Amino acid sequence: MIAQHLPALQVVVPLLSAPLCLLLNRARVAWLLSTAASWVALVIAVLLLQQVLATGTLSYELGGWAAPWGIEYRLDPVNAFVLVIVAGIGSVVMPFAATSVVHEIAAEHRVLFYTTYLLCLAGLLGIAITGDAFNLFVFLEISSLSSYIMISLGRDRRALTASYQYLIMGTIGATFILIGVGLLYMMTGTLNMLDLAQRIPSVADTRTVRVALAFLTVGISIKLALFPLHLWLPNAYVYAPSVVTAFLAATATKVAVYMLLRFLFTVFGAELSFEAMVMHLVLLPLALLAVFSASVVAIYQDNLKRMLAYSSVAQIGYIILGISFASVTGVTAGILHLFNHALMKGALFLALGCVFYRLGSVQLRDIAGLGRRMPWTFAAIVIGGLSLIGVPLTVGFISKWYLVLAALEGGLWWVAVLVLLGSLLAVAYIWRVVEVAFFQPAPRNAPSQEAPLTLLLPTWALIGANVYFGINTELTVGVAHRAAEWLIGGGG
Amino acid sequence: MTPVTALWLTLALPLAGAALIVLLDRYPNPREAVSLVTAGLLFGLVVRLWFAARAGEWPALVLVETLPGLPLALAVEPLGLLFALVASFLWIVTSLYSIGYMRDNRERNQTRFYVCFAVALASTMGVALSANMFTLFVCYEVLTLSTYPLVAHSGTAEARRAGRLYLGLLIGTSIGLQLLAIVWTWMLAGTLDFRVGGVLAGVASPFLTGILLVLYIFGIGKAALMPLHRWLPAAMVAPVPVSALLHAVAVVKAGVFTVLKVLVYIFGLDLLGQIVSGNWLLYVAGASIIMASVIALRSDNLKRRLAYSTVSQLSYVIMAAAILAPLSVAGAALHIAAHAFGKITLFFAAGSIYIATHKTEVSQLDGIGRRMPWTMGAFAVGSLSMIGLPPAAGFVSKWYIVLGALQAGRPFAVAVIVLSTLLNAAYFLPIIYRAFFRAPNKPSHGKHGEAPLPIVAALTISASLTVLLFLFPGPALELAHQFAGANG
Repeated sequence: MIAQHLPALQVVVPLLSAPLCLLLNRARVAWLLSTAASWVALVIAVLLLQQVLATGTLSYELGGWAAPWGIEYRLDPVNAFVLVIVAGIGSVVMPFAATSVVHEIAAEHRVLFYTTYLLCLAGLLGIAITGDAFNLFVFLEISSLSSYIMISLGRDRRALTASYQYLIMGTIGATFILIGVGLLYMMTGTLNMLDLAQRIPSVADTRTVRVALAFLTVGISIKLALFPLHLWLPNAYVYAPSVVTAFLAATATKVAVYMLLRFLFTVFGAELSFEAMVMHLVLLPLALLAVFSASVVAIYQDNLKRMLAYSSVAQIGYIILGISFASVTGVTAGILHLFNHALMKGALFLALGCVFYRLGSVQLRDIAGLGRRMPWTFAAIVIGGLSLIGVPLTVGFISKWYLVLAALEGGLWWVAVLVLLGSLLAVAYIWRVVEVAFFQPAPRNAPSQEAPLTLLLPTWALIGANVYFGINTELTVGVAHRAAEWLIGGGG
Repeated sequence: MTPVTALWLTLALPLAGAALIVLLDRYPNPREAVSLVTAGLLFGLVVRLWFAARAGEWPALVLVETLPGLPLALAVEPLGLLFALVASFLWIVTSLYSIGYMRDNRERNQTRFYVCFAVALASTMGVALSANMFTLFVCYEVLTLSTYPLVAHSGTAEARRAGRLYLGLLIGTSIGLQLLAIVWTWMLAGTLDFRVGGVLAGVASPFLTGILLVLYIFGIGKAALMPLHRWLPAAMVAPVPVSALLHAVAVVKAGVFTVLKVLVYIFGLDLLGQIVSGNWLLYVAGASIIMASVIALRSDNLKRRLAYSTVSQLSYVIMAAAILAPLSVAGAALHIAAHAFGKITLFFAAGSIYIATHKTEVSQLDGIGRRMPWTMGAFAVGSLSMIGLPPAAGFVSKWYIVLGALQAGRPFAVAVIVLSTLLNAAYFLPIIYRAFFRAPNKPSHGKHGEAPLPIVAALTISASLTVLLFLFPGPALELAHQFAGANG
């Protein structure tokens, strides 16, 4: 009975926990509730993924209203995997929040934080699970509005302008997406994605449909921070509280990438997107520009959070690069990196949260010699950094392997070379940190204590995942490959 | 213990040792005892594998299937066994030496030093015993990363700069070129296993095969083929045991070892003989031998001179393989062992001099042989091996390389070897002459005698081995011939 309604519960549990948080109005209780809701969401997501892998696509009619009149939740290998990523990151980040939030968010805002977190989680899960284009927009707004609030909760006053900047950009993006969805509705008379996919081919030659594709692509690209539409991202990541940065960096942009996959491959279909509209000619150069420009900028950052933020822009470039090949190996690489990058950036931002907890700063000059004083925190940063570079035995290597393989299979050997050169830029920005932390003497007044265990455990859980999924790739590569085959096959 | 158990333990044991060393952070004596015992046990394991191999058993095992069709797997084969034997034995000697050196020099961060050393040895074993190119690459990268903290050990601006160069060149070439070559090979051949006769025959055009050869050779930066040799002299800022074991044995040998494996088991000598574009390797290696020798001749700093001597000797191995004759390939395999014993002796001696007198330049060594007879005696033996004179091991390997070159009709290689022998003599013999036959220059000498006992013991052992390998080359030669013979 319950098992049948899992798709609805996936969204409903966090969505209803949010007002409950507000009603209970106690930070500690709110934390317990959010943690519990995240874990329940993770369990549901894992069950759903198992089910999808075993039986194939899963359809659920919300409220018993049959599609296309009612809203349909539709699960396939792609979004079931995304649900696991989002819920998984939430489940690891929440235990970290207990200690970190007390330190970084003012007492009167803590309940608000947990409430918005739950809303954001519900929104992100909703985007992934829904099979209805308009419902997707609604969930997008839920997650976006709540993330604006979460970012503005940072103690630094600049968090407010960062949040405002993101609000403006995010709203433009959402509006573009709405326009795109509206145009599609005009042409096909349906909002159900499956119906859209079936009806679009008959009107594919119209300018309206093509404009819709353009609006949707640009709108989503803003949300996923594709170069050069990434300008909102660095400030938002830098001034948000550590937990928020870790959560958003690992999930929000990933869900936006999923939207892109969904529209390009299933709604419009690879034929229209890549053959008629030559999206790869747009995406490939932008992805490479993202990798190089953002990596180079990252090398010159003295604020470590900002450095990682630019690194995120670069890594999103890799994801989009994989997608732009529009081949099974390429899309596998993109989806793999979507998962792997969530692990890396989640782990690294949490580790920076540990640093911030002890130092109150994440400036490069302040971490001199701390490698010995905070060995676990900095060991985490080193391993996360190696993963970002793509060193073997970490998840980053697996992503790079598939990206290079996809480029070579597509006959684009020069892209393969550029992908590898991009990793070398990552060596440059990671190694600055390693050198300062381990091979420079610590100042006299440096803190001599390791971060508390409540912060270290979640951080190391993600670091462990970075190594585990770098050695045993059965789950990640297996699911990514199936998802890619499913997408390339047009979602049949 | 079955050979398969011994095989996975060769990786697990040094890693377990490293973990134990971390736990014993504050207790120097047990910590260093663990280091020494681990080294001893590791050598025992490799000897176990060797006995199995002599009985005709070549164990192999799959650790984990990382990517579909691409497992992390280990397998024993003759060349890898030879390399593993040399590296694991010299780790015992170096551990002994390290204890004397690090204590006497009051180095800081000693726990980090011993941990990284153990991890480096684990990855060296991984390189030596890997069953496919994928596993080898993984271990190759771990080796680079675990030795970086050893190079930058002192944390001075110079050490950090050297560390940056070290990491930049090694990671840069391995990710930028080698990984590309590996993925490309995987795409073309559908396998990365080391197979007798190679896996690339018939799957790529001669042009693409040529490109892959360039990517592999320059992607293996650890082989220090010019112009990618700069990291090696820079890495000499590291403490002497690091220069001795890692930058004369483990790391650089991992480089030329990888080159041999790639040439023999990925390309196959037959395929290399067919592509005309393969010849350049012989000339580049030859040029590297001569140029490095000339630079060594002009260096006054002892460690720097030794480092350039290493660059030149490594190219011997590459050139010998590029001759593509079975005898010279056997010589290449043997040279990995011969050079290891000789060069580690020389570095031990350089460190011994530094510990006893704080001298680093060749020109300061007048008359030092009278005060440090053991050290300089061992140095002389090591020098003979470098030049390739009896009664040192270097003679045997050079003999086979020259034989192979004559057999294959490569006058260029013969000429390079003759010229470089002269150059080697020109930069090693004057040091021995200074040490034993010149009067000490009085004012600069304080009162000093030999270095501490562990140091003298270590360098005496390694010098004796250099001679022993000349007198009884049989077992090593057998492995070398098995390696070359299977591919001849």
